[in-house]
Parts: sequence; C-alpha cells; structure tokens
Amino acid sequence: MLRLEARAEPSRLMSWCSPLLAAVLTLLAGMIIFWLLGKDPLQGLRYFLIHPVKDLYGVSELLLKATPLMLCAIGLAVGFRANVWNIGAEGQFMLGAVGATGVALYFAESDSALILPAMVVAGAAAGAAWAAIPALLKTRFNANEILVSLMLVYVAQLSVSWLVFGPWRDPMGFGFPQTAMFHDAALLPAVLEGTRLHLGFGFALAALAAGYVFINRSYTGFKMRVAGEAAEAARYAGFSARRVIWIGLLTGGAAAGVAGMAEVAGPMGQLTDKISFGYGFAAIIVAFVGRLSAPGIFLASLLMALLFIGGEQVQQYMNLPSSISMVFQGLLLFFLLGSDVFIHYRLRFGRAGA
Amino acid sequence: MTDRRQFMLSASAAALAAALPGSLLAQEATRIGFVYVSPIGDAGWTFQHDEARKEMEAKLGNSIQTKYVENVAEGADAERVIREFAASGSKIVFATSFGYMNYVERVARQFPNVTFLHATGYKSGKNFGHYNARFYEGRYLNGVIAGRMTKSNILGYVGAFPIPEVLQGINAFTRGARSVNPNVEVRVIWANSWYDPGKEREAAMTLISQGADVVTQHTDSTAVVQAAEERGVYAFGYHSDMSKYGPRAHLTATTHHWGDFYVRTVREVLAGTWKPESIWGGFKDDMVRLAPLNPAIPAEVRAEVAQIEEQLKAGSFHPFAGPVIDQSGKERLSAGAVMDDVALGKMDFFVQGVASRLPNTR
Repeated sequence: MLRLEARAEPSRLMSWCSPLLAAVLTLLAGMIIFWLLGKDPLQGLRYFLIHPVKDLYGVSELLLKATPLMLCAIGLAVGFRANVWNIGAEGQFMLGAVGATGVALYFAESDSALILPAMVVAGAAAGAAWAAIPALLKTRFNANEILVSLMLVYVAQLSVSWLVFGPWRDPMGFGFPQTAMFHDAALLPAVLEGTRLHLGFGFALAALAAGYVFINRSYTGFKMRVAGEAAEAARYAGFSARRVIWIGLLTGGAAAGVAGMAEVAGPMGQLTDKISFGYGFAAIIVAFVGRLSAPGIFLASLLMALLFIGGEQVQQYMNLPSSISMVFQGLLLFFLLGSDVFIHYRLRFGRAGA
Repeated sequence: MTDRRQFMLSASAAALAAALPGSLLAQEATRIGFVYVSPIGDAGWTFQHDEARKEMEAKLGNSIQTKYVENVAEGADAERVIREFAASGSKIVFATSFGYMNYVERVARQFPNVTFLHATGYKSGKNFGHYNARFYEGRYLNGVIAGRMTKSNILGYVGAFPIPEVLQGINAFTRGARSVNPNVEVRVIWANSWYDPGKEREAAMTLISQGADVVTQHTDSTAVVQAAEERGVYAFGYHSDMSKYGPRAHLTATTHHWGDFYVRTVREVLAGTWKPESIWGGFKDDMVRLAPLNPAIPAEVRAEVAQIEEQLKAGSFHPFAGPVIDQSGKERLSAGAVMDDVALGKMDFFVQGVASRLPNTR
C-alpha cells in the first residue's frame, strides 16, 4: 500500500529535484505520445530537443527566443516572492514596445548613439507605468491586482491596435497595421555575427544577475521575501506592505517593458498589431518552473524556448500538428505540480503506523 | 573584426554548410515549405492554402515533397521557420500571411538560390515574389445576390480590420447590391481580429438585431454563417464553402483557389523560367470562385449572376468601374474610367451605400 505522509518541513532537496523529475516524466510521456501518433519516439525526441540546437545558429535562436521570457520572468519573480500577483506582464511588454517605438519614430531622422539607451529607458518606463495602475489601485482601494493587471492586457492590445492603425501607421505601408521599419540607429546590434541574437540577451543576463542580488542579497529583497512567506511577521517587523506592492509591480512592469523594447528593436524592427506573443503569460510558467530564482529562471526559459522551437521542428520534419508544443508545455506543468507534492510529503509503503 | 568574431562567423558558416548538402543532391524530390498563420482547421484562409498544397502534391506526384508549419505567429518566430525551411533544403517557400513580409524579405536575401512566395504583401525581390487574389470580384456577385434576396434592405458585414483588402470587399459587395437594388444599405461592424469566433458571432447577432437579413464576414471563422442559420437569415461564406455550417442560411461563398497557381509556380521554378511578378488573379485566372448556389435563389437571379461571372472571366466587367462615389458623396473615379490596381491597393474609403463610418477617418 502506498500513502503520502506529511514531512515535518519542506524538503530542500525535493524542491530542486522536482523540476528534474517533471522533465524526465515529460520526456517519457512525450515518447508515448510520439509512439501513439505512429512516429519513432527516439526520432521524435531528437527533432524536439536536439535538432533545434544542432549548430551555433540554432543555439542563437534558442537564446533569442528565451530572452523575453528571462526578462519578463525575473521581473515577475520579484513580485511573486512577495505574493504580489502581477498577471499582466503581457500588457506591460506591449507598452514597453510602444514606448520604445515612440522614441524610434520621433527620432527617425537622428543617428545619435543615444537613441537606443533612450528606447530602453522609454520601454522600461512605459512598462512600469502600466504596472503602476494596478499598484495604485491596490494600495489605494485594495483592488485585486490579479484582475486589474490581467484586464489591462486587453487595454494594452487595443492601444497598440489604435496606434498602428492610426497615428503611427506607416504612410508607405498600403494601409496595413504596422509602423515604418526602424532605422539602423534604433536597432539593437547583433552580439553574434550572422545570427539574430542581439544585445537584448545581454539585458536579460544583466536582469537575471540583478534579480539574483536583489532577491538573495539585499535587505529590501529580504523584506519582500518575509512579506511573501509570513505577512504577519513582516507587519510586526514594521515592513511597509505598500512598498512591497509598489516594488513588486514596478519591477515586473519595467522588466517586461525592456523585453518589449528588445522585441521591436531586435528581431521585429517595427511595431505591428501582432506584438502580443504570449511571452508575458509564458513567463508566469517560467517563473514558477524556475522556482522564482534567477538561476532557475535562466534554465526554465531555455527549456520553454526549446519546447517551442522543438514543436516547430517536429512539424517541419515529421508533419506533426502545431498543438504538439502546447501538449509538451502542458505535460511539463502538470508533472511539475504533481512532483511538487513530494516537497511537502513523502511516499511511504505499508499501512499508516498506529 | 576580432579573431574571436572571425571564429564564430566561420563556425556558423561551417554549420550552415553542413546543413546544406542534402539539398544539393540531384534527382531528389524538390522540397517545398508552407508557412501558415493559423491551424489548418475545417474551413478558412489557411484551410484553402492547405487544400492547394494537397492539390499540388496530387498533380506533381513524387517530383515534390511538401512540408508545412501551422500557427506561426506574425512576429520574430516567422523568420526562424522560414529560414529553417530554406536552410534544410527547401527550394520553394510559400509564406501565406501578410505579417511575414519583412521576414521573408530578410531570409530571401540570405538564400539567393531559394524561391520565396509571399501572399498578400507588396514587397518583392530577385528570388521573392508576391501573390494575391481579387476576392472583391466574388464579393460583387455576393452583393448582387444579397440585393435581390433582402427584404429589409439592410445587409450586415463583419470586418476584421479596415485595411484595403477588406474595404475592397465591403465596397464591391455594396456596389453589387446597389446595382440591382438601390435602396439597400450595408452596415459594418469591426471584429478587430482575424479570428475570434465569439466576437464575430456577437457582431453578426447585433447586425441581425438591427434588421440585417443577409450577413457576411471578412474574418476567418464560420461563426457568422452559424449565427445566421440560428436566427433564420441568409449569409455568405468566405474563403471556403461554408454551407455545412448553415445549410439553409448559406447562399453561396467567395472561395479561394490557389492550387493551379501553386502548380504553375513550382513548374516554372523547376524549369528555371520563374520571374518575380506581382500576381493578382481573379475569376479569369480561376483563383476566385463562387461556391454552389443555395436552391433558395430564384432562377432569374442565378442567370443574372452567371452573366456577370462570365463577364468577369472575360475581363469585360470590373466591379470598380466609374463612377465610384464615396459615402460623403465625393466622386473618387469618374464615369468611364476603371479603377487601377494601385488605387485598389490603397483603398481607404467606403462607397455610397455603406451606412457605417470608418474608424480613424482623418
């Protein structure tokens, strides 16, 4: 007889092993799915997991895809640690893209080296401003930040549509919803010659490093952790709950805003009404799979990016439907939640002792 | 350039070379890649492109091998998918949505020996052409039928976005309807999405509640036809024959047919005679057709439609032959003239007879 027995305290070992266990189970379940679809399971896994990174270009694409995930997720993790639930990184991402695009279009004639830094600042500020709305409503009126931040995603999407259909529409674009292509001074330089991997990846690494220091080494980060794990204790210690909410949301918004900036100034080179790619939502999964820690988020972003690109490649090489990458994402999350049970419980054989 | 960068450059070049030889082997089936913007599904834009892909496979047999990726977002991901096709030995890549344009352009420059075809855009290059179809011709015929079938003289139209292609459709539909029934007005509701069955349905319901007894849509789902069936009014399908979603409501549909064009393009590329052109085909080129007409349409209307269809095929009739008057009463094209493709491609107004206003009119 199998049964679960509560642990006296959460297992640190399991909290790190659980993602690995989930990854292994995902692979096994994935192989069964390939087999059921009548495909060679080993070949399936090879196309899914190895083929995308078979050469330097493939690796650069993986890092490119992971860049916005890293940026959004590390920003969210700061808030999530303090139980500040910002679900609207997707909208903050779009606003960041809008802020950066505004600078690029306004200074379209200029070749100044200051344009890119200005775009980063504008992107971060616009993302943070969008996140400030739920922060204000939460601290002022105790409005639920989950709902407010989520609803603002739709407002952001419609604002982008209005801009690219209206004032920012490319006059040479035959009425299509897109801005003019950015000029060279407004594009992030490639960090790897001959690939699309751009300086935004550097921003992501810097954000992860800063996030690590903030969460693990700073006093404010400590206060936020306490607020998340024991709100009463935090209040007793005199930590301001309002400050925690403001820091949590503004950090998440600014990081997502930089991610949006890096998307328009990186691989897109313009703003279109298709700027919403789901990075802000996927980053929520990434943050949790990565245990809300910087190293974990680094690895989890790579894994999510790989599942996405791998899903494309099994379509391309094995004629499998596009839903396959969603199935793998779902499996991973399902097994992770399942494996997390073992952080708080252990498996026992035999009947319960008297 | 530093040594390190030099090394990386040559490393990526070597990797590229390693990926190429497969494509250089002679006598292998020519590989062709398709990039789709949505899942294939049972009807709609992507479904019609995939039907054409299958048609091409059936016609060209073992000499070609096709692959596709569906649901590719119109952003940075598209460039990777397009490039992967080119790098893994595809000789021809069809990218079937507007938002892929700038990505196709970039990849086309990197792979001069691969031919790229982009649907609905306006850019082209040495190895990069674009193609589209004159859907507005079918819309005009739909309009003629709608003008004859309506009792309320109110027609409903659910549009995705106010871009030229959609405006051409709405305006042709309106002109068709008013050519046989000058009392009709067309009301437009924007879904602000290419695919959102919920919103499309809601928009159709609103139009029907406002008295529209014939509705149609320029969006991707079958929701409008289904709504019409439910409320007992008429509807037109778009992209695909949607009669199975509303057997009673579905009068006919403006359907897309890319198969012959794909077969011809592939043959030309294989023969080395392909040149980048802007293809914009209509009834004459068999790229647009009408789905079978609903038995509810009276014989004299069928005859009327068949006659105009013949004229479209012969090239003796154009839905935008002057005078073209916009809804403010301004003459956009004088009598005797025919709107040229440049003007059509930039269309940014509603014609007389459309009751709704365009958003963002400046």
